[in-house]
Amino acid sequence: MTSVARDLPASPGVETRSIGGHRRARVRRRLFSRGLLYVAATGLALWVLAPIYLITITAFSPRPVVYGYPKEVIPSQFSTDTISFFANATGVLPSLWRSVLVAVVTLVASTIIGAPAGYAIARFAFRGRNAFRLTVLSTRAFPIVILSIPLAVTFIDWGIYDTVWSVALMHTALALPFTILITSSIFVGVPKDLEEAALTLGCTPATAFLRVVLPLALPGLAAASIFTFVLSWNEVFAAVILTLRERTLPALVLSQLNDSPIPFRFAAAWFMMAPSLLFIFVIRRYLLGLWGRVSR
Amino acid sequence: MRAQRLGWAPYALLLPSLAFLAVFFAVPMVRAFGLAFRDAGGDWTLASWRTMVDDAGFREALRTTLILIVLIIPVQFVLAMAMALVVNARLKWSGLWLYVYAIPLGISELAAGIIWLAIFDRQGWLNSILEGIGILDRPFIFLNYQERGWLIFAIVLAEAWRATSIIMIILVAGLQGIPRDFFEAADVFGATTWQKVRRVILPMLRPSVQVALILRTILAFQAFAVVIALAGSGTTVLSAEAYRWYYTIRDSHVAAAYAALILLLSVACTVLFLVLLPTREEQMG
Repeated sequence: MTSVARDLPASPGVETRSIGGHRRARVRRRLFSRGLLYVAATGLALWVLAPIYLITITAFSPRPVVYGYPKEVIPSQFSTDTISFFANATGVLPSLWRSVLVAVVTLVASTIIGAPAGYAIARFAFRGRNAFRLTVLSTRAFPIVILSIPLAVTFIDWGIYDTVWSVALMHTALALPFTILITSSIFVGVPKDLEEAALTLGCTPATAFLRVVLPLALPGLAAASIFTFVLSWNEVFAAVILTLRERTLPALVLSQLNDSPIPFRFAAAWFMMAPSLLFIFVIRRYLLGLWGRVSR
Repeated sequence: MRAQRLGWAPYALLLPSLAFLAVFFAVPMVRAFGLAFRDAGGDWTLASWRTMVDDAGFREALRTTLILIVLIIPVQFVLAMAMALVVNARLKWSGLWLYVYAIPLGISELAAGIIWLAIFDRQGWLNSILEGIGILDRPFIFLNYQERGWLIFAIVLAEAWRATSIIMIILVAGLQGIPRDFFEAADVFGATTWQKVRRVILPMLRPSVQVALILRTILAFQAFAVVIALAGSGTTVLSAEAYRWYYTIRDSHVAAAYAALILLLSVACTVLFLVLLPTREEQMG
């Protein structure tokens, strides 16, 4: 990011000092197009932020205001009435707990299963490496829909249908390809020399990994886990197919959507959105690395 | 000793992933086709497909899904490209712009659908604002079941709002891979911004565009919660029909036929993009 963070290149200083009218026109044109860029940047930012602002002030208005019309863009009353109405509705708190549990199981399972494969791709040249990478990449072409329905049948046979475990297994399957690719790009970023130095200094491969590679990879791995958490927290199709009573939060909200009062829905949307915003903020520095590299 | 260890080590490390993907990816995939092409007794049949095609919801679902894809993807690409160019333009606070544009990455389809419901609802924000500035004199019912056009418009906006971030990130990563010299050369020869986009950026970004197109199209075929949140039963899409057949009608065979259809369409589009936008071998995968 630092290379982008610098503002105007070095040339304008030279240009403004020159007295030629032609040059000055060019500078003016440049400043004008800079200005236009800032206008565009702000416009796009408003497009992203305005809906978030609107749902937030809706969720923090008292219920009569949520039903009211016309609504005021600058809220006059702040209240947790709508949010607590949602939180106290039947089934919401247990489903919230289940969502957290599913997401944690998903991130632990996908890291334990996927990170070794990511490390193997990053560090070893072996027969079948490219085939494995391509297989993992191609799993992204397979929609959640096609996995959920047969897995529901399988989970009924196994007796874990309608439990958090079934949803967690499904989410792990969805997250695993990402985990493998992301962890491999993280391990590629850890200098191989350091690991080799540790080995020559007498570490076993396992201690070299634990003492040298892991600490260096940890921030990236943490960012990847947070991303996995968000993936699972947000997922709704598989969750609503694989559960009946043991709903996760999105599954609960979706299954009651068209019968629930408007304040319930708006508070639910805010409630599902807020943790994700926080997490994306935490991993903002890694977004480009995580997604950009994996997608190429 | 060491060489021997390296021989099997990578395979041992891959084993858990391969086993997991086999059980939870490969087997369900095969079973999905088994469900779709067999009846409850296990005989091969096309009955589920016939039921699917003859159902009243099928045409509507297929048409809406395709319309949404055709509308959403160009809108998203224009928006994402604008965002990526802004991020790449070395403005002040470039990290901040990137973060703000990336925010919807963390917002689920369901939450996005409800957020835009708050805007398009009869007593929602759009009506409040339009009435406030005097364009409307009474609330307009945008999400009317008879007005499919407005329903689709709302869904397109919600999806464009939510899922543009991922394309933006892929494009920004691609843009940062273009050597600065190319832009400087274009500047020296007096290229306008549009010429730079057309002649330098787009050709260099082809691999990123291809990846983003494939990813987005696959995801668009699965549009689900956003449609249910905004349209209710006003319109339907393929995955919502799969859900309805599984959950409401309790026929997992027809539901699997829908799932298989979504997979086949996704694969067809992926192949189409690979053929239409060929990239050099080393830039792929």
